Amino acid sequence: MANAAIATAGAPTRPARYGSISQSRRWALRWSYFFLTLFAIFFLMPPFYMLVTALKSKEEIAAITNPWWVYSPTLSNFIELLTQNQYLIFFRNSALVSICVVVVTMLISVIAAFSLARMKFWGSAALATGVFLTYLIPDTLLFIPLFKMMTFVRETTGIELVNHWWTLCIIYPTLTVPFCTWIMIGYFASIPKELDEAALIDGATWMQTLTKIFIPVALPGIIAATIFCFTVSWAQFLYPLAFTTSTTELVLPVGIVTTLIKGDVFNWGQIMAGALLGAAPPLIIYAFLMDYYIAGLTAGATKG
Amino acid sequence: MADIAAPNSAVATRGRNSLHKLVQRKSTVAFLMALPLILLITILVAYPAGYAVWLSMLNKSMTKFVGFGNFQFLFKRETFWEIVAQSCLFALTAVLFKAMIGFVVAHFVNNIPTKGQRKWRGMLLVPWVIPAAMSTLSWLWLFDPSYSAFNWIFAHIGLPKISWLGEAGWARFSVILVNVWAGAPFFLIMYLAALKSVPEQLYEAASIDGATWWQRIWYVTLPMMRNIIAITILFSTIVTFANFDIVRVLTSGGPLTATHVFATWAFKVGIESGDIPLGATVSLFMVPILAVAATFILRDISKRGSEV
Repeated sequence: MANAAIATAGAPTRPARYGSISQSRRWALRWSYFFLTLFAIFFLMPPFYMLVTALKSKEEIAAITNPWWVYSPTLSNFIELLTQNQYLIFFRNSALVSICVVVVTMLISVIAAFSLARMKFWGSAALATGVFLTYLIPDTLLFIPLFKMMTFVRETTGIELVNHWWTLCIIYPTLTVPFCTWIMIGYFASIPKELDEAALIDGATWMQTLTKIFIPVALPGIIAATIFCFTVSWAQFLYPLAFTTSTTELVLPVGIVTTLIKGDVFNWGQIMAGALLGAAPPLIIYAFLMDYYIAGLTAGATKG
Repeated sequence: MADIAAPNSAVATRGRNSLHKLVQRKSTVAFLMALPLILLITILVAYPAGYAVWLSMLNKSMTKFVGFGNFQFLFKRETFWEIVAQSCLFALTAVLFKAMIGFVVAHFVNNIPTKGQRKWRGMLLVPWVIPAAMSTLSWLWLFDPSYSAFNWIFAHIGLPKISWLGEAGWARFSVILVNVWAGAPFFLIMYLAALKSVPEQLYEAASIDGATWWQRIWYVTLPMMRNIIAITILFSTIVTFANFDIVRVLTSGGPLTATHVFATWAFKVGIESGDIPLGATVSLFMVPILAVAATFILRDISKRGSEV
């Protein structure tokens, strides 16, 4: 069945010339819709279930009625969550960390990408490759040495880095800067050289070339990089789990997982409401800026 | 330098000396602009990576150099080999299914009229957008031992209850399922972009030559998409191999150690049990596979670079 559908893939706009071909195309289309619906159900089931549970009261969850539907929807979970201080602190920490990381990352990576793509210096080509390599080093390899480095800093300078949300602002750029620099190099390299040469002839400084020409022209790339940067910092789970423990310093993902799940008493309505609210900012950004989001996603492999 | 040498006529008249100075200044400025990046990479990525190697050669209290003692200790433990096997099983199966589902769904999306594609693509990408820790929570609730919504459906159609996260085999299945669910949309998007870039004429030529659908996929689509498929699979292998969030939230490695992968076990040993050197040793076992993938990706990039 799937075969029939794949058969005509890649040729959706070809005009039908023969009756039998248009017939088989119609069937192929029907099967495509059928399977797409199945996959959409699979992909959207957990978020849907999240929403359904978040709208249920404790009693309704415990009563084991149809888990896929809510009979008496209530907002009590959301209200409880938003009136309790803790969750708001997590939200604030997450927002502060993400915004901070976005600003730091974009400053570092746009300027560095400009210098690597256009100005060139001894070793700049090697550095560009190095930037890409560091993007491939996962957080799961670095969290233990970073943890040890933090205790070392405490022992030598007395500055406590562990268990502060602002430490994450220093650590997260390791995840975001390499990728953002990489895609910005790609975007900058695609800008015609004539543009900046003209500016230089007219007596513009390098900084003016960057701010007056490169940033405006590469704006779609910058938006894509910013979105990437925000979603990565918002979703990061390992570093805050390893480096922060007290409830006033937690960010959202870790806060929900560690504080709302208390031993064996799972308050699922609230957990789902919390997760849904936590997933909301990236989802909202995605809903409005989908094309930039996808551009950033595919840039890593197609640019370069 | 070539890019600034263009205004030659203007500069050259002022003599070699000032040109030289300008070039010199330019590269200094360029270096200074890249300096924050260089510092960040050296202090927070390169140094820790090297430090991990050093840490792995210390004893538990980090007072004595033990060489490869930690590695030897791991090699003798059965749990370690279970984790190696589970990590490989997890990563390979998950990547395989993600790639296949992504490929098939990309074809379905590409198959429908263009104006509906955006909507479907938007819906199908949602799992990738939700932070993994949050979406895994909803899976955790779907798999709940007593309230599982899947078991509710199964009970209605007369199937036995499944202990999704309580039994080693099913727990392994569940973590892979969640990983596939979260990762397949990435493949979908990449493949869809690649499919769009295959020239229509190739398919027309193929169908004039009487190619069947299978031949068209095998001889036209796959060769045209080869690069994207390779690079997507390599990327995904790295990310899946180093996965932490899903396993951690869903099972924390349990039951017993059945679903632990390198990352979660390293966290358990290194942070939770406080044996930092051993944790560093465990996490270093991710390096070989990362190195292999990175080599391939870099080769691909330099190849494309020379083509341009």
